[in-house]
Amino acid sequence: MTSKPKLAVWKFASCDGCQLSLLDCEDELLAVAGAVDIAYFPEATRAVVKGPYDVSLVEGSVTTPHDAERLHEVRRQSKTLITIGACATAGGIQALRNFKDVREFTSIVYAQPEYIDTLATSTPISAHVNVDFELRGCPINKHQLLDVLVAYLHRRKPNIPPHSVCMECKARGTVCVLVRGAASCLGPVTHAGCGAICPAYNRGCYGCFGPKETPNTVSLSAKLRDSGMNERDLQRVYRTFNAGAEAFREEGDRHGT
Amino acid sequence: MERRTIKVEVLARVEGEGGLRLVIENGKLREAELRIFEPPRFFEAFLRGRSCMEVPDITARICGICPVAYQMSAVHAMEDALGISITPEIRELRRLLYCGEWIESHVLHMYMLHAPDFLGYDGAVEMAKDHPEVVRDGLALKKAGNEILRLLGGREIHPINVRVGGFYRVPTKRELRELREGLLRGRDASLGTVKLVAGFEFPDVERDYEFVSLGNAGEYPFNAGHVVSNKGLDITPQQYDAHFEEYHVKRSNALHSRHIGHGPYLTGPLARYSLNSALLSPLAQEAAKQAGLGPTCYNPFRSIVIRAVEVVYAFDEALRIIDAYEQPDRPFVDAPMRAGVGYACTEAPRGMLYHRYRLDTEGSVLDAKIVPPTSQNQPSIEADLMDFAPRWLDLPDEKLGHLCEQAIRNHDPCISCATHFLKLDVVRG
Repeated sequence: MTSKPKLAVWKFASCDGCQLSLLDCEDELLAVAGAVDIAYFPEATRAVVKGPYDVSLVEGSVTTPHDAERLHEVRRQSKTLITIGACATAGGIQALRNFKDVREFTSIVYAQPEYIDTLATSTPISAHVNVDFELRGCPINKHQLLDVLVAYLHRRKPNIPPHSVCMECKARGTVCVLVRGAASCLGPVTHAGCGAICPAYNRGCYGCFGPKETPNTVSLSAKLRDSGMNERDLQRVYRTFNAGAEAFREEGDRHGT
Repeated sequence: MERRTIKVEVLARVEGEGGLRLVIENGKLREAELRIFEPPRFFEAFLRGRSCMEVPDITARICGICPVAYQMSAVHAMEDALGISITPEIRELRRLLYCGEWIESHVLHMYMLHAPDFLGYDGAVEMAKDHPEVVRDGLALKKAGNEILRLLGGREIHPINVRVGGFYRVPTKRELRELREGLLRGRDASLGTVKLVAGFEFPDVERDYEFVSLGNAGEYPFNAGHVVSNKGLDITPQQYDAHFEEYHVKRSNALHSRHIGHGPYLTGPLARYSLNSALLSPLAQEAAKQAGLGPTCYNPFRSIVIRAVEVVYAFDEALRIIDAYEQPDRPFVDAPMRAGVGYACTEAPRGMLYHRYRLDTEGSVLDAKIVPPTSQNQPSIEADLMDFAPRWLDLPDEKLGHLCEQAIRNHDPCISCATHFLKLDVVRG
């Protein structure tokens, strides 16, 4: 029998992209599979090893009464629980329902809304159970995922800097898109981790990693307003994939029509 | 009455969550239902009020496996609504981006999700213990597709570079040329994939599908063409709503689709190939021939062979585009806002994806309709089970269940997409 740590991958409401990041580790996947026992990962295997699990990766947000219950069972079975991605960490794009009446949403999409069992809100995993580490991004960065896995396997702290995307632009040598007026950009208030891709492609950061540590959103909004953004647009830029993250939710609430 | 129950809680190796229920009474199959319990995410509802420029970034999040498809159908529909035409160079770059996604998604499905069924493993990691070279080849191919997405899209999952009117930034000739070597190696390796999967054992079954895909485009279809079928349909994407309808059934959080007046139909590799095989590149056509495929294919278990042929084509096409590339002067054409309705169908790896948007004068979305391939295929997947499962009823529960799972995986269902899906639950009586 193996004494390797047991890894489980769980899914709640999501697009599957963050767990796909693990399969996207083309050069490292077999090494990961050698270092851990992939005990539960339905997207990848039919085999199921019973819990408890040493490390659980949780993707997705909680949007149904059944999932809220299931999550508590996942927590009970997991020594370490790590959320992966914006859905699990902040509620995801589907948290846009939190600002509207979900009954109206159901009737827009489904002809028989009474068939649908859903909660009024989409909430992050941490709203329901204790979370050991939250990995951000929509989607997560696979290199960060590997670092977090290795960190927990070796009982060290994950090396995930909480500074802004701006730092990554500087490191990459990208000229600031805000300063040169090329695009409106959420980089100053957005958590690093993607590698500052958008500004390198000549567009503004749209905040898919959520708020950085201590973001000054008020100051950024003033700058964006000066560059011609109206109240409605200001609300829209904060209300995307991390609309439910506290700093973005509050700033979004300050704007709008 | 004699009743027998087989239950598999979570259908593995599909994208998203769902289940299957078979009801067998007195040795006869009564019902085969595919249940989708992936929770709904209401994209069509919260797209209302968003700027059309934001929509490709938002719809990408419907599916982490085929985000490019959701971006492509969205931008083409927006361009239709705004009345703008893209340049030939942008059109080619979009085909290139789609090649990357077809390779990444098809290879994921063939090697990680589907091949373990044929080789008798629970998953690719278990398969790697006995066939490390197979899994390594698969990962290398997937990586070659992802390299296209990384360069042209900015990243593999939820690319950031797709814009209404074109791209935010177009690559230089030199950047694209750097992909060449990896793609050449990938193309060679993909011929090996065709040989590998063509050697699998397939149940000898066929079904009289109505195949629906893009066609009449003068090219193997990605982003353009009419919506055509093998039963005489030939319409534009703008006419889609008059010919297809969605309906809602209790067991599923996904809407089902039917061809009005005809019934279930099938999109995806079988359909695309059977309607367009003459348009494949000579290398892909030769690979198909070597693999024993004719110009059409009605055996869904052979879909893995067609995916392999489409991967050869995607490498070939990507190389053609890169070799002919000249960097355009501008990465996008301007998109002045206006009120309108826009329609588009493009070919996601797992089938045709329809989007329709109505915009106001400022370009904000008034309403949105998205019909993913798995919604369209779900009735056909159930019909497959009703047709095939009766041949397998003498098998023990475990084996019957596994064959039914395979019959579902033939169509590479993407449950995350369709919920806007698998748990196996067989009731025998």
